[in-house]
Amino acid sequence: METIRGSIAIITNKAVLLYLLKGVAFTVIIALVAVVIGLLFGSVLALVRNYCNSGKTRIFKWLAVAYIEIFRNTPLLLWIFICLVFCPCPGFLERKLFGLSSAEVKLLFKTSVALILFTSSVIAEIVRGGLNSVAQRQFEAGHSQGFGIVQIMVYIILPQAYRNIVPTLLSQVITTIKDSSYLANVATIELMARIKKILSSAQKYNGLGTVNVSDVFVLFGFACLIYFAINFTISFFVRKLQKKKSDTVSVGRRAEA
Amino acid sequence: MAGLFSANAWNKIWVYRETFLLGLKNTAISAAFGLLLALVIGVLLGLFATSGKRPLAVVARIYVEFIQNTPLLLQMCFLYYALAFSGHSLGILVTGILSLGIYHGAYVAEVVRAGIEAVPKGQFEAAYSQGFGYPGRMFCIILPQSIKMILPPMVNQVVNIFKNTSCLYIVGGADLISITYSFVTGESTGGAYAPAYLVSGLLFFLVCCPLSSLASMWEISLKKREGRSGGMDKRTERVA
Repeated sequence: METIRGSIAIITNKAVLLYLLKGVAFTVIIALVAVVIGLLFGSVLALVRNYCNSGKTRIFKWLAVAYIEIFRNTPLLLWIFICLVFCPCPGFLERKLFGLSSAEVKLLFKTSVALILFTSSVIAEIVRGGLNSVAQRQFEAGHSQGFGIVQIMVYIILPQAYRNIVPTLLSQVITTIKDSSYLANVATIELMARIKKILSSAQKYNGLGTVNVSDVFVLFGFACLIYFAINFTISFFVRKLQKKKSDTVSVGRRAEA
Repeated sequence: MAGLFSANAWNKIWVYRETFLLGLKNTAISAAFGLLLALVIGVLLGLFATSGKRPLAVVARIYVEFIQNTPLLLQMCFLYYALAFSGHSLGILVTGILSLGIYHGAYVAEVVRAGIEAVPKGQFEAAYSQGFGYPGRMFCIILPQSIKMILPPMVNQVVNIFKNTSCLYIVGGADLISITYSFVTGESTGGAYAPAYLVSGLLFFLVCCPLSSLASMWEISLKKREGRSGGMDKRTERVA
């Protein structure tokens, strides 16, 4: 009983709680940034992979294919390690930022780059699925109206493709939030890393002088709850969107019939 | 580039090639046993979810939601430290296999559920009308039909579980990634970053790329076939 009271004292400790909640904020921000940049980069990759089929541009297609397949078939952790060694960090980031030390900012930048590169490859495939779901006759209609290929893409194809992949993209946000926990392996500052750090010095906070099994349960349980709350909320919206989509599709089909 | 073109660094890799193969073996073992556990959990929960009995379906739902919405890394740490601090440590490899199995079990459960739900309702009723009991109905009629829906995403799960063995690093495992990392930071072997990461990435790629290509091609051909037969179904429906 005493150990449990000690463990609960850890997370009711204001400083610790604030420290962890900042970790939560970093987790969410890292994931969102990775998905947004991944969406931009992934769209380019998907477009190149899908439509650079003629003559000289084919080399770009193969580059995009190589990029996507290489990142999809190797673990994220490998890329985190690689970026730690090889990713250059711009000079202006080597200072204190967001209340982190300059070493932490550097680490944050390098690991985020790894996460972004990895996420881009996954999102590229998602966007490609969206592009393939747009009917071929949409291209023909665009051509017949005198649109150029860029206009067709920007005004006709991409809007439809993006609308089709909204639920999948939101699921990818969940995956990225989960993936961001890999950053804890190199002690970046997001939630998982902070939980581990608190656990390793739990004896200072629970007033017992030792780390007990109840500390493990309370701390990791707390992290589980937070991850679950964030991700479940998103997946709730995903299901709602999918339901709406399938409803409209079946309505459309009924109307067609 | 930290030794990408240095013969010395490559030589180091060659001398320690056994280490990398050992890592690959550990990764393969944890992936294989993890997959086995995931299959057991997944098929069981998939059957729960489609059983039509509310308590069983709720159990499956809660399991799937809870596991899918928390990171594997967290689950693995949780399991490992909970066991270690309560004095029941099972060793890193067993803990890794357990948590990999638990995590991917949730995904397999969803795959199995989707496969079973894709079988037309008439098949259940037909089997029932022929006097099949639940096990007979499931294993003789329904599962053989859903297997073609289940297999392609299952191959994807194999790829994922293989990549996810890298999580063992956080509890100090001996999988390929962890071994690579301790190789490049080790005292006598350190420094050969580029060659070591290249080799370990290549090993992952060689295993995962054929599998994931197989899965995506399989899925495309399945969709095409489904589209054709689905179109037929609709036409017959409309005629009827």
